[in-house]
Amino acid sequence: MIYQDSTTVLEVRGLRASVNGIEILKGIDLTVRTGEVHAIMGPNGSGKSTFAKVLAGHPAYAVTAGTVSLEGRNLLELAPEARARAGVFLGFQYPIEIPGVANSQFLRLAYNTVQAQRGSDELDPLEFDDFVREKMKLLEMNPDFLDRSVNEGFSGGEKKRNEILQMALLEPRLGILDETDSGLDIDALRVVAGGVNQLAGKDNATVLVTHYQRLLNYIVPDYVHVMDGGRIIKTGGSELALELESRGYDWVSAEYKNAARATA
Amino acid sequence: MNTATGSGYLESLLREQPALPASPLAWLNRLRANAVERVGALTVPSARDEDWRFTDISPLTKMPFQPVTRAAKLEAAAIERFTLPEAGARLAFVDGVFAPELSYNRTAVTVANLATGAGRHAALLEPHLGRHAGFADNVFAALNTAFLHDGALIVVPRDVAVAGPLHLLFIATQPEAASYPRCLVAAQAGSAVTVIEDFVALQEAAYFTNAVSEIVLSDNASVSHVRVQRDSGAAFHIANCAVSLAHASRYRSVSVALGGRISRYNLNVLQAAEGAQCAIDGLALITGRQLADSHTCIDHAWPNGVSRQLHKCIVDGSAHAVFNGKILVRPGAQRTDSSQSSRNLLLTGKARVDTKPQLEIFADDVKCAHGATVGQLDAEEVFYLRSRGLSDAAARNLLTYAFGAEIIDRIPVASLKQRLESIVLAQTNH
Repeated sequence: MIYQDSTTVLEVRGLRASVNGIEILKGIDLTVRTGEVHAIMGPNGSGKSTFAKVLAGHPAYAVTAGTVSLEGRNLLELAPEARARAGVFLGFQYPIEIPGVANSQFLRLAYNTVQAQRGSDELDPLEFDDFVREKMKLLEMNPDFLDRSVNEGFSGGEKKRNEILQMALLEPRLGILDETDSGLDIDALRVVAGGVNQLAGKDNATVLVTHYQRLLNYIVPDYVHVMDGGRIIKTGGSELALELESRGYDWVSAEYKNAARATA
Repeated sequence: MNTATGSGYLESLLREQPALPASPLAWLNRLRANAVERVGALTVPSARDEDWRFTDISPLTKMPFQPVTRAAKLEAAAIERFTLPEAGARLAFVDGVFAPELSYNRTAVTVANLATGAGRHAALLEPHLGRHAGFADNVFAALNTAFLHDGALIVVPRDVAVAGPLHLLFIATQPEAASYPRCLVAAQAGSAVTVIEDFVALQEAAYFTNAVSEIVLSDNASVSHVRVQRDSGAAFHIANCAVSLAHASRYRSVSVALGGRISRYNLNVLQAAEGAQCAIDGLALITGRQLADSHTCIDHAWPNGVSRQLHKCIVDGSAHAVFNGKILVRPGAQRTDSSQSSRNLLLTGKARVDTKPQLEIFADDVKCAHGATVGQLDAEEVFYLRSRGLSDAAARNLLTYAFGAEIIDRIPVASLKQRLESIVLAQTNH
């Protein structure tokens, strides 16, 4: 939601990034303010997932130009863990399975690490158990998932719920959800979207990276950005997503090229 | 002849053998005499032997190991930390010598010292003892059999399910001691039991453990076998285990190798009847200059057999892990369903692993999957944990721990599992 008294959470200017010497992001500008939900859409290979990973500090990508700040702090000089502690959360498209580590153990470790950095109290296993069970209700998750190994043998929907559960525990300033809707059936999508809506508040911001409009039936964005060729080529309101759903992406690309030609 | 690997060294190991008290069982004395003869005919294997290509045991032959003449008397407090509260019975052996004062049996089944219990079970023992772990071509099995005296004898009668695990605790206390642990488990038809072989040390000494175990499952029997080798880092540990599976029997084993300067474990599982199942998992967690070698063979000799195997090595420092996993599917062993996976984590540039899955399939209607990986931690997994706030080091430690914990998790004894988890946690914390 757009608020009058909002403050800037994320400020991206002229961001360029490459992997193995190939430039994927070719100059991105984006401003995200508290309370807002942004959707970044675009065809496959447009760079939207790369953008999400670069924001979270994935070491495989080299930032070659531009600035990224989170609430005024230079994010680019921070390691991935420092970004997480500062309030960036990336929900993975393909969450990693970790056989041998109980989900409860992992969740508590992540929670306590971030809490300690923020100067808050850590929770012992019993306190944490109560706390996490409360959060799991939000996502209609079976408490059995606490005792199982992290994501091991979870269905696609269960993995995504587990991602949103982590977001609920870590309470980020900026939640970036990469293709959270992929692999979800309609019931799981409803639950996951419901969780995201409950977590989105006046003091944080959400960026949804998605290929399809489907998710946006459940989470209504304030802004929709279209990415193509490593750039944001169009920005609009939630109605843009519907237009993309019916007309595809080609017309946006054509429009962008024409405009570029006109100014050249 | 090269004195390092020739008969001179083996003769010296046999020096105390004639002093062994004779058994009242004539066949057992004959078995020992045959074994002595075989030791005389065999040599210590060298890197020229295919089975020992990666494992140089010449350091073993530079030390004059002898069986202890007088067993140390240990207080119960000395082994308190190895106690497993769930255990229904414990047999303790100090430097290979049975220690009745540290042993107990609360179960209704036979859990006894071989040397004294053999007489009562002679009819049952004779067809099995020394018959499964062949020593004709295996000098270490021959040495062990030559010294066959104290050991563990477990007999689980028909249809009995033993409630608590049976704990066989082998405690090393003296430097330069040679011990020859021996174990025979007979699980009769329809019975079920969990047996833990646990090799521990009270000090960081160089000693030599040469163990042989034979585990025989009758029709429909179920045996869960946990083997923990946490010897001193200076010790030599060589072990042979032979398992024989009758119709529809089920054998599960988890073996963990943590200690030893040089350790070698040979596990041979024979599916000797139709519909047998086995799952054998292993973990080697080594560092410094340790060498841990695991050779396994699953012999599918009959149709409808199932085997599962996951073997993992975590190699730190300049340590060296060896895995050779043979799956033999004999002609006629149709509808065999087998899978094997060898996964290895090298934590330093100097760590080394040699892994060799070895499939020999002579039947045509079978399902056999196998794979081996060697590498460092997965970068995506590390990033996932860092994106949740964990430092790079914490992420790597957790993933390394998890890599090992996946095997430890399969141990069906909670207290042992917990203790090993904390050992793995401490050792993967850099």
